[in-house]
Amino acid sequence: AGNMSAGSRNTEPWGGFDDNLIQGGSSAVIDMENMDDTSGSSFEDVGEMHQRMKEEEEVSAEAAAAEDDGADDGEFLGMKGLKGQLGRQVADEVWQAGKRQASKAFNLYANIDILRPYFDVEPSQVRSRLMESMIPVRMISFPQKVAGELYGPLMLVFTLVAILLHGMKTSGTVIREGTLMGTAIGTCFGYWLGVSSFIYFLAYLVNAQITMLQMLSLLGYGLFGHCVVLLVTYNIHFHLLFYAMWLLIGGLSTLRMVAVLLSRTVGQTPRLLLCGMLALLHMSFLLYLHFSYHQILEGLLDSLEGHNMAPIQRVVRDVPEVTLNATRSITL
Amino acid sequence: MTSAEEASRPFAGLSDVSIPDIPVEGDISLPVASSARDDEFSTLDEPVKETILRDLRAVANKFVHVLYPKRSSVLLRDWDLWGPLLLCVTLALLLQGGAADSNDQGGPQFAEVFVIIWFGSIIITLNSKLLGGTLSFFQSLCVLGYCIMPLTVAMVVCRIVLYTASGKVSFAVRLVVVTASFGWSTFASTAFLADSQPSNRRGLVVYPVFLFYFVIGWMILTFSP
Repeated sequence: AGNMSAGSRNTEPWGGFDDNLIQGGSSAVIDMENMDDTSGSSFEDVGEMHQRMKEEEEVSAEAAAAEDDGADDGEFLGMKGLKGQLGRQVADEVWQAGKRQASKAFNLYANIDILRPYFDVEPSQVRSRLMESMIPVRMISFPQKVAGELYGPLMLVFTLVAILLHGMKTSGTVIREGTLMGTAIGTCFGYWLGVSSFIYFLAYLVNAQITMLQMLSLLGYGLFGHCVVLLVTYNIHFHLLFYAMWLLIGGLSTLRMVAVLLSRTVGQTPRLLLCGMLALLHMSFLLYLHFSYHQILEGLLDSLEGHNMAPIQRVVRDVPEVTLNATRSITL
Repeated sequence: MTSAEEASRPFAGLSDVSIPDIPVEGDISLPVASSARDDEFSTLDEPVKETILRDLRAVANKFVHVLYPKRSSVLLRDWDLWGPLLLCVTLALLLQGGAADSNDQGGPQFAEVFVIIWFGSIIITLNSKLLGGTLSFFQSLCVLGYCIMPLTVAMVVCRIVLYTASGKVSFAVRLVVVTASFGWSTFASTAFLADSQPSNRRGLVVYPVFLFYFVIGWMILTFSP
């Protein structure tokens, strides 16, 4: 880096545009070679070093090859072996370096061990958490414990996908733009991930004490109620039954989530905002899932879609008088 | 001295090159680890028919092991993905059927079935690895793919039933066949996968497998040409 003079005011490590350059004042010479260095990141330095080493190797290999071309092949069998040896050496080192880089990148990004702690559950724990997701807690004065695991929520989302598929099929839903499976997976995962992120964002705004993992876990377990309700009502088409279950089971699981959030938020308005939003989204999702894939609604949808209606039957009718324009008319 | 100089001239330009080993001439006999493996590696010269037959025999052997599931390690030791690919393509082709002729999607498309099977298998494999399983990635894929065989057989039977009968009877027969084959698939894959899991977490691994085969069975049951 450059040197700084005692009298200059600038704080750049490379010396800046000192007047000393021109005046040749008390400061030492600024080494222009190091001006455009990559001192910002050592990664680039290493890259440069590697590049230089490789270039040296390549140059030496080329030199060796050039030397060999001039040599007499028959004289030294060792020479050809040497050139082959060197080429192999270089190729081997390039391969090793590439393999090292690739395995480093793989271990960094594709390492599923990052997720391992979130899957560390026992079946009894999953069972008890499923039951607890329907029981609202009573104490909201201190933060309630939320389990940070992803196995239960993930399995519940997949179960919901399976139930949704069944519902879509029995209601005879026809998806024109897209596939049945894609719609089901997109709906369920979109809800789980999207609403979790949204509520987490709101929680971040109002300074509630909940992490993203806990929110994902909480909402995932809240889908247990949805699974139960939909499993029953996709098979037994009874409106009153659905409304009762929607209020009872949907309500219970929403109350549980709301209570946990209440215990982790301070202030009336933040509580109202957060919990109201969650309750609204959760309950309306259940309503949406039921009514979107319902047999009765199919007819309504068909009548609303104009361009997909069956072609109107043409019937012959008598037209007494036809006016072609203002001056002419034909009587049939 | 001159001959020595001549000898060293070709090497002159290489003085700044570092060569770790000096090339040695002569024969070095390396100890061969296992001669059987060496023979297998030199399969380049055998006729193509022999190669294909060998692979087909291995695949058929694994099919037999799926049909009579017992705790053996054949599927795990020599895993291959040919069998799953064959089964997946067959199932997807059978499931496509009449959907191509109609405007609305009466059944799943080829790509849909393919994606469901492979991504479902990958997710189950990841799940079992995260829960502490000892099987490798491809071993799990191999097992899950081979255990789709009963469901493929059920699909063939369902198509035959759909051609011959219709209505309640055909639905009842298809339901029975699909349920039986779904149970068979789940049981077969559990027999292979369960050994690799810690004993208290078997249920956690079996449930996604159950869901996976349930979805495939549902696709087969609700297929209408």
